[in-house]
Amino acid sequence: MRYLKRRAIHGALLLLGVSVLCFLFSDLAPGSFFDEMKLNPQISPSTVSALRSQYGLDQPLPVRYGRWMMSVIRGDWGYSFAYNTPVRSLLLARARNTLLLTVSATLLSWLVAIPVGTWIAGRAGRWEDRIVLTGTSLFLAVPELVLVLFLLYWVVRTHALPAGGMTSAGFDGLTPKSKLWDLTAHLVVPVTTLVLVSLPILIRHVRTSMVEALRAPFVQAARAFGIGRTRLLFRYALPVAANPLISLFGLSIAGLLSGSLLVEAIMGWPGLGPLLLEAAVSRDIYVVVGAVMTSTLFMILGSFLADFILVIVDPRVRLE
Amino acid sequence: MGIEAAAKRAVKAPLMTTRGLSKQYVQRSAFSRNKFVIDAVAEADLEIAPECLTTLVGESGSGKSTLATCLALLERPDRGEIWFEQKEISRLSDRDLRPLRPRIQMVFQDSAGALNPRFSAAQIIAEPLEVQGRETGQGLRTRACELMEEVGLSPDWADRRPLEFSGGQRQRLAIARAIALKPALLILDESLSGLDLSTQAQIVNLLLDLRDKHALTYLLISHDLSLAEQVADFVVVMHQGKIVERGTRHDVFLRPRHPHTQQLVSACHVVEAAFRTAQAGGQP
Repeated sequence: MRYLKRRAIHGALLLLGVSVLCFLFSDLAPGSFFDEMKLNPQISPSTVSALRSQYGLDQPLPVRYGRWMMSVIRGDWGYSFAYNTPVRSLLLARARNTLLLTVSATLLSWLVAIPVGTWIAGRAGRWEDRIVLTGTSLFLAVPELVLVLFLLYWVVRTHALPAGGMTSAGFDGLTPKSKLWDLTAHLVVPVTTLVLVSLPILIRHVRTSMVEALRAPFVQAARAFGIGRTRLLFRYALPVAANPLISLFGLSIAGLLSGSLLVEAIMGWPGLGPLLLEAAVSRDIYVVVGAVMTSTLFMILGSFLADFILVIVDPRVRLE
Repeated sequence: MGIEAAAKRAVKAPLMTTRGLSKQYVQRSAFSRNKFVIDAVAEADLEIAPECLTTLVGESGSGKSTLATCLALLERPDRGEIWFEQKEISRLSDRDLRPLRPRIQMVFQDSAGALNPRFSAAQIIAEPLEVQGRETGQGLRTRACELMEEVGLSPDWADRRPLEFSGGQRQRLAIARAIALKPALLILDESLSGLDLSTQAQIVNLLLDLRDKHALTYLLISHDLSLAEQVADFVVVMHQGKIVERGTRHDVFLRPRHPHTQQLVSACHVVEAAFRTAQAGGQP
């Protein structure tokens, strides 16, 4: 319990720091949301400055930060100039979509990485191992941008899957079952991209930890009494190799999150990525700050989850 | 045991015999074609007499451990034969080897590493029984507790993890696991090194008791000549991957033939003499 409290305080401080930095950097960037209106001859400069003062943009930075803080406490998370709504309502739906994408990608890549990494660790140095290692280096070297464009090209050519967005037109009229199916079909390309990007790293890490665990003398002793390969790998070596992998799990969430921003923007997935991009271009600063804060929150929760799993899996680790 | 008793036992056919056993390690450097071939074991001919304690001595890097892992079939030798209970076993497939594995067990030097840190003492001892299908369910734990008692550990400690035991206790635990499958041959790879002298003595006594009870044969690998001089029936000396001398303890220690053995034995005696002088309080 004390540990939980400490972690929560730590996380809150981190969020505070991120918000301060966000404000500082967005203030350093030139221009504001209303600058484009100045070019419009039909809007008088006095209207623009009136708008600026209405939204409080003429105030000094600390005052703006204080106002934003108050709005966070009220639960609004600031106000979006472009959408004319509190940021919170924008973020909630977007964050949900991003979470859907990231969580399915994380689960899928680990579900593939653990068996594959474990299996090739048992065959280290043989041809199967070499093929997987070469394959993973290949994918490691391909930028995700190229990967997603290639998949997109293939989808557009074959019409096998929807080429963007999250739902088809007329989604609301579908039955729950076909709704799920439609969503899954839209998930395939972005999730595949994210999995292909993260998988090589994960497989290599699983393999390395497993190879090391397999060198332990107790593994030799187990072989001496005639243990089967599967039991040896999964009951002996994997629990020993698990600790660094669980820490990696927390990191992989962060990696996938940042990866998903790009993939979302390309695939038109209505998550935090496109929102952040749009808002950054149009200087809708409170949306930028809100989106960055949400991503930070996910990362904090991810590493917290990893620590939590570690405690459950390894009795030697205690929360102190 | 007297030399006569050992000789009597040696009259029986050897439990394990090797002929021309060789194991090489090849190191390749990453960017050139250079290869380094290390002859870890070269043309080893060895006989292990049943129900005797054979010690394999030699300096670090002389190939003792490699030979041991080959004899336990944890690694396959490159050349040569291993005969065990009148069968050639070095070329058997993993599947054919599986029923044979329980007959040859090994106890390692690093007892902390040799015991799965995630298992309890009872689980560690029960694993081989379960894997080989000797016991199931409640029988596993009962048998594990019996074995703990047999090696002088209290069954009350059955739920402790290996790191909660002392070094000597852990080695007893490893011995309990090794004898769980009722092996014929127990290979002790430096199992007594790293223990203090009194613990060493206790473990040696335990091993000798177990031998008389279960008709066990030991191959004790050690760099400690004075230990070998005290407990061995037969001594085998290795030097740079080759077996340079083998014979009864008596022969090897009193009439060493190979220059390397002579060197080892005299060095051992010098150290011992120095130790005695120091103990007596005088200057060496």
